[in-house]
Amino acid sequence: MAKTLIFSFLLLFSMNQVWAEKNHSENDHNHTEEGTDLKSEIKSDITHNLQDSHDFHLFSDKSDLNNIKHYGFPLPVIIWDEGLHFFMSSAFHHGKDIVESNGKYYSLDHGKIHRTDQSGELVESAHPIDFSITKNVFMIFIISLILFVMLFKMNRSYKKGGGLPTGMGRFLEPIILYVRDDIAIPNIGEKHYRKYMGYLLTVFFFVWLVNLFGLTPLGVNITNNIAVTFCLALMTFLITTFTAKKTYWLHLVDPLGNTMPWIAKLPLYVLLVPIELLGTIIKPFSLMIRLYANITAGHIVLMSLIGMMFVFSNWVGSSLSFALAFALGILELLVAALQAYIFTMLSAVYFGSAVVEHSQDEEH
Amino acid sequence: MEIPAIVGAGLAVIGVGIGIGQIGGKAMEAMARQPEMYGKLQTAMLIAAALIEGIGFAALFAV
Repeated sequence: MAKTLIFSFLLLFSMNQVWAEKNHSENDHNHTEEGTDLKSEIKSDITHNLQDSHDFHLFSDKSDLNNIKHYGFPLPVIIWDEGLHFFMSSAFHHGKDIVESNGKYYSLDHGKIHRTDQSGELVESAHPIDFSITKNVFMIFIISLILFVMLFKMNRSYKKGGGLPTGMGRFLEPIILYVRDDIAIPNIGEKHYRKYMGYLLTVFFFVWLVNLFGLTPLGVNITNNIAVTFCLALMTFLITTFTAKKTYWLHLVDPLGNTMPWIAKLPLYVLLVPIELLGTIIKPFSLMIRLYANITAGHIVLMSLIGMMFVFSNWVGSSLSFALAFALGILELLVAALQAYIFTMLSAVYFGSAVVEHSQDEEH
Repeated sequence: MEIPAIVGAGLAVIGVGIGIGQIGGKAMEAMARQPEMYGKLQTAMLIAAALIEGIGFAALFAV
């Protein structure tokens, strides 16, 4: 059944044909002023690569500057702006045309969609909400599909092997056991770890796969987007808040507990309780920033080194920067796995603090 | 290209370097003392290094 699923999705995606598009007026946008300036072209390429885009641009054929061909496929654009507008992003023609949909006009400017009037002037008061399937959303779908297929096959392999894993199960079982024995149980405890295992495993595999995909030349940067890491950290925060036991809340507003009389605790609490309350927000916030900053910084340095390869056009400089970029790429593989592990482990620590049971205090 | 921002980022990264260097050094010492705990020490070292590096990157992004 997994095979039919894969085959049907491949069929669906091949129907968005890959085409080559002639692009005349790309010249006056980028190349006449900056065509000879290699560094600013590299910089604009890097920033363009790090951003999200409304079409999936695989590569472009710049062998003839007057006649650049782009290969890729467009993705649908869904806008909510007093009504639902739905069209394919190929109508924008890479940002030059104004698209008309249900009486309103939209233009694409550096990845953001603005509402314009018929001649192309921006309407400042309108704020269209952009729900489109951009490149990142599309890749999230594909990665979830890959995860689903992988874990489904693992599930099947347990049934076929009669209790022992074969195939995909044999590959994934050490990782899952590692997450359970070294991340979940030491931090959450034997009694309650089962509830959280689903989320921990999902987040571990998802962040690891997404970071690995970010290193390919496809130009998909999912964890590069602070909104994605914000959602992951938000889920951790919501799970800690909603599955916390009473001791967790008591510990927040009464950290010292029974050890001191309440007269002595009051001046300390003026300082301590705001810090504890802020700590509940700051801990998931630091999760978000850590993942985002590590991956983005890695990508920027990697792409700058590859760009440096073109700036030095001689044998020594280019080969040295290639070697450096290669070594840094291997380090990025380690960082991808490490960041996934750190995110999962810190989430487990926060869950553990939410369900901790005080065995030495009789009051609770 | 503000100079104070660049100097501040440089100082923050110096702090990160010192911190991770100390952790690495102590981890090496501990591994030399007890070679059978090599796996656990390496795991703990990487965790602490990643946490400190997170702060360093957050400082870098202020530039």
